[in-house]
Amino acid sequence: MVMNAATASQTSLILDELIVCPQCDAAYKLKQPGHGERAICQRCHKVLIAPRQNAGLRIIAIALAVVFLIMGAALFPFLTIDAAGNKNAVSILDAALAFSGGPMILLSLATAALIVFIPLTRVLLTLYVLVPVVLDRPPARHAIKAFRISEAMRPWSMAEIFAIGCAVALVKVADLAHVGFGPAFWMFGILVALIIAQDSFMCKWSVWNSLEHPKKS
Amino acid sequence: MVCMELAGTPQEIVSARDLGVVACTRCTKAWPLGTQTCARCGHVLVSRDRLSLQRVWAYWLMGLVCYIPANVFPMLETKTLYQIDESTIIGGAVELAQHGNLGIAAIILLASVVIPLGKFWAVAFLAISVKQKDAASKHQRQFLYEIVEYIGRWSMIDIFVVAILSALVQLKTLASINPGPASIFFALSVIFTMLSAQAFDSRMIWDVQAKDGGPERNE
Ligand SMILES: [Zn+2]
Ligand SMILES: [Zn+2]
Repeated sequence: MVMNAATASQTSLILDELIVCPQCDAAYKLKQPGHGERAICQRCHKVLIAPRQNAGLRIIAIALAVVFLIMGAALFPFLTIDAAGNKNAVSILDAALAFSGGPMILLSLATAALIVFIPLTRVLLTLYVLVPVVLDRPPARHAIKAFRISEAMRPWSMAEIFAIGCAVALVKVADLAHVGFGPAFWMFGILVALIIAQDSFMCKWSVWNSLEHPKKS
Repeated sequence: MVCMELAGTPQEIVSARDLGVVACTRCTKAWPLGTQTCARCGHVLVSRDRLSLQRVWAYWLMGLVCYIPANVFPMLETKTLYQIDESTIIGGAVELAQHGNLGIAAIILLASVVIPLGKFWAVAFLAISVKQKDAASKHQRQFLYEIVEYIGRWSMIDIFVVAILSALVQLKTLASINPGPASIFFALSVIFTMLSAQAFDSRMIWDVQAKDGGPERNE
C-alpha cells in the first residue's frame, strides 16, 4: 500500500522512500504491497506496483515458450488458400513482406518488425534482464539499458492486433476461396495469449528496484 | 486489488514538483529538483516537459496530413478474371456491408475511421485543454488520455488485413489482391498519431487544477 505524501512534505524527505506516479506526478510514501496486492495511484488510478508470487520464474518460462513459438509461427505455413485448383500457402513473414515496390518496401519492413521482430526482441531482452535477477545473481551487463529498450518497444509490439487482422481477412476471402489453417496459425494463437499473460505478470517497478538493489549472492 | 490508504482527502495529494522533487517518468524514482538524468535508468529528468506540446502538435499535424491521402487513394487492388477493382478504406467497408458482413464492416470502420478521427480530436482537445483551467474535469481528461494511449495502436488492423490478403490471394490469373498506395499513408498516419500521443506529458493534466491561478513554475 502507498501512503499519501502530504504529511511527509514538511518532515525530512528521504527520496528513496518516495514513489511518484509517472502519469500524474502525485508523490507517495513508499510502502511495498505484498504479493497479489497492487499499489494504485489515488489520483489517476495508474497501477504503480503489482508484485506477483514467483512472477520472475513465470515470466521466464513464458518467455522461453514465446521465443520458440515466434520462430515457428513466423516460418511455418500460416494460412493456405485453395480456389479452383489454384493453391497458395503463406507464412507470417510472407504476409508482412507483401508490400513490394518502391516505398512500399518500408511498409513491409515496418510490418515485419511490428508483428515478429519487436515481440521477439522484447522477449529476448526480458530473458536477458530477468534470468540473473531470478537466480539471485548480480544483474547482467547493460541490463538497465536492455530493460529500457524493452519497455520503449512495448506499444510497438502488435502481435495481438495482427491476430484480429487475421480474423477480418479470413471473412473477406471466405466467399472467394477456401482457406485452410497451417500449423503456424495455431502457434500464433497461443503466442498472443502468452504475450498478454506475460505483460500482466510484469511489474516494472519491481524490476527496476531489483536492478538497482541486486541481492548479494 | 488493494485500495489506497487515504492519509487525507484526495485534494491533499501532493505533486512531486511541489515537494521539490523531480520524478523519473520511466522508472518512477524520485530525485531532487534540478537533477538532470536519472541515475537508476538514465532517463532525462524533466519536471514538466515544456516542449511536449510542440512535439504533440507536430506529430498530430503529420498524422492528419497522411490521413487524407490514406482515404482518397485505393487501399486494395483486386484483380479477378474479368475486372480490376480498386477500393478505398470506406469503399471496402461498404462493400463488405453490402455482402452482409456487417460485423466485419463495423470493425474496419471502427479501426480505420472512427478511432483515427476520434484520436485526432482527443489529442487536440487534451493539448488545448491543459492551457485552459475549466475545459473539463481532470478525471475526464485522464480517462480520454488513457483511451487514446490504449486504443491508438488498434488502427493498424487494416494494414495487417491488407498484408494478409495481398500475400494470400495470389491465385495467378484467377484472382490476386495487391496493396494500394493508401496503405503506406495510413500506416504513417497511425505511427504519427501514436508518437503524438506518446509525446503528450500527461502530468500537465493535473497541474491546471492543482495550481489554480498560481504562477507557473518552469523547470
Ligand atoms: Zn497518478
Ligand atoms: Zn529512472
